[in-house]
Amino acid sequence: MPVVDPAAADGVFSLLWLVIALPALGAAVLLLGGRRTDAWGHLLGVATVAGSFVLSLVAFVGLLGRGADDRAFTQHLYTWIEAGGFRVEASLLYDPLSALFLLLITGVGALIHLYSVGYMAHDPRRRRFFAYLNLFVAAMLVLVLADDYVVLFLGWEGVGLASYLLIGFWQHKPSAAVAAKKAFVVNRVGDLGMALGIMLMFATFGSTAFAEVSRVATEATDGVLTALGLLLLLAACGKSAQVPLQSWLLDAMEGPTPVSALIHAATMVTAGVYLVVRSNFIYENAPVAQTAVVVVGAVTLLWGAVIGCAKDDIKKALAGSTMSQIGYMMLAAGLGVAGYAFAIFHLLTHGFFKANMFLGAGSVMHGMDDDVDMRHYGALQKAMPVTFLTFAMGYLAIIGFPGFSGFWSKDKIIEAGFEDNLVAGLAALLGAGITAFYMTRLMLMTFFGEKRWEKGVHPHESPKVMTVPLIVLAALSVLGGVMLLGDWIVGFLAPVVGEAEHHTPAVPPIVMTLVVVAVVAVGVATAWLLVGRREVPRTAPQRVSVFTRAARADLYGDAINEALFMRPGDRFVGDLVTFDNAGVDGAVNGTAAAFGGMSGRMRRWQNGFVRSYALSVLVGALVVLVAMLAVNLA
Amino acid sequence: MSETPFIVLSAILFTIGCVGVLTRRNAIVVFMCVELMLNASNLALITFARVHGNLDGQVAAFFVMVVAAAEVVVGLAIIMTIFRTRRSASVDDASLLKY
Repeated sequence: MPVVDPAAADGVFSLLWLVIALPALGAAVLLLGGRRTDAWGHLLGVATVAGSFVLSLVAFVGLLGRGADDRAFTQHLYTWIEAGGFRVEASLLYDPLSALFLLLITGVGALIHLYSVGYMAHDPRRRRFFAYLNLFVAAMLVLVLADDYVVLFLGWEGVGLASYLLIGFWQHKPSAAVAAKKAFVVNRVGDLGMALGIMLMFATFGSTAFAEVSRVATEATDGVLTALGLLLLLAACGKSAQVPLQSWLLDAMEGPTPVSALIHAATMVTAGVYLVVRSNFIYENAPVAQTAVVVVGAVTLLWGAVIGCAKDDIKKALAGSTMSQIGYMMLAAGLGVAGYAFAIFHLLTHGFFKANMFLGAGSVMHGMDDDVDMRHYGALQKAMPVTFLTFAMGYLAIIGFPGFSGFWSKDKIIEAGFEDNLVAGLAALLGAGITAFYMTRLMLMTFFGEKRWEKGVHPHESPKVMTVPLIVLAALSVLGGVMLLGDWIVGFLAPVVGEAEHHTPAVPPIVMTLVVVAVVAVGVATAWLLVGRREVPRTAPQRVSVFTRAARADLYGDAINEALFMRPGDRFVGDLVTFDNAGVDGAVNGTAAAFGGMSGRMRRWQNGFVRSYALSVLVGALVVLVAMLAVNLA
Repeated sequence: MSETPFIVLSAILFTIGCVGVLTRRNAIVVFMCVELMLNASNLALITFARVHGNLDGQVAAFFVMVVAAAEVVVGLAIIMTIFRTRRSASVDDASLLKY
């Protein structure tokens, strides 16, 4: 288990802060500049992220030029918090893991920014959209460059905020506002785990810096380490939409499509995987927590895949698939040293092909007057040739067609899963089959078959500014697998996550690969038999099996949340209100009413007749007199 | 000379004044009754001063007279004003200031 021990940054690495500062500055200018920046705001937004990408690329090349043991740098910016024994340094950590994330975030981010220039061209609030996108990129970069859990938490909350703002970007739609709120609330549950984890970490180790925690991690008791692992897993579940905190991701599709591509497919939702991989020094010492990660991953990968099978909304089908693919990454991350590198590998390839497909879906929606129902698509491959071809590359990558990027990354995870235990392997294998099924269904319903278009819809290819990012991402989807050449990515990440010792697997890899390809083929064939061969009805059939109905209802995720948390909470709060009204307010108001009634009766004595006042004076004087006499005589 | 007749006279005057204040409606009469009570107490003060052979009671009687004179000034002015506005000198009519 490697210890985080970075050297001070120099040369190109001392420009690290600029990678974050550029998009942060862009967001500040666009948000504070207001309408004055409307004319060129989108260009600035693209330029800042592109600038960050260039810097990341330069730093990456610099990193490759160094020895494997000399690839971690820290740049100290300032002391953020200093209170007694608690000290948080605002420092950046640049190592192979951060480097890959930097390239993914700024690279895919820049392409999606570029795409958004075209996609949001007719939106009057485009400048604000780019401000939020820049804010998101800056926060995400803080997250992956942090060298301390508290700094990571800053980025973590930053992406949560940006996600909220972007899901609810079309705030005039109540559904978008509700979806944004839901995402925020569900994420809070995960953040609670993060906050508690950080506190426990400080209480145990006296520090929250990666370097210090990784150095002393083994000194803590098993119980503490397991608790830490589970708390961080809760945080990861919230951000990465893993079961049981998965319910927000499907609703998050209310945001503009580039948001779905950037935040809810390629980058932000992978933060949970990053957290688990980054915290490898904790998980390596907490086998129970590791098993929990595997279970969460396996359950989610099937959960998401099943949901993806029944959705007619193209974005929701892709969202289900995102959930499922992140489940793969979680599963791999839970396998320990054997899986970390493959989790990150799949994360990168998924970032390429899922961003590609989401942007492709956006392009399709752009041509279909923002209709998202796949039952109204069909036969689009002629109308939108570029979108079709690029989407097809993403499709082949995600189902794991031999040679495409997803083939390499998913295959590795399934192999690693089988080596760890049979259940995890079978779940991953089954997931691959279901993935092939629902993606083929999506493909067939969208691009093939008969035209089922609404009246007055004339599909057309999107402008160049949108298709060029698609082409680049399609190329990456095809070629992403080169990272595995000679196990490059495994060796590259070894200084951060460690390297498993080589041993011959029980089943030869080639047999494994053939089995996976066979399962995928079965999935594709099933989809062809069920969807491709028949005519697709324009409205979703209502007489369907109980399984389809469950999948359409997101496997009752919302219903479970409502029954378990929302309704009891509602009832509890209702009871509290009743108690407050009847009990607390009753006592207070009752006392006030009693005194009010009493004084109402007493004031009758003030009748305004001078003679009665005189009488009361006389009576009073007599009482005093009698009292004095009584005292004196007694 | 016995002091008893003076004290009895003082008590009778005080009681007449007291009953007058409580029973009469005309403000002027009530006022006069108040004066009667004050003077009854003056008589008692002076009588006891003579009995004890010191001047304290007589001094107190002077104070009471001064206060009575001041009270007449203010009281008559109030009664005049009330009479002008309400055309009545009855103390029972001036009963607006109540609950």
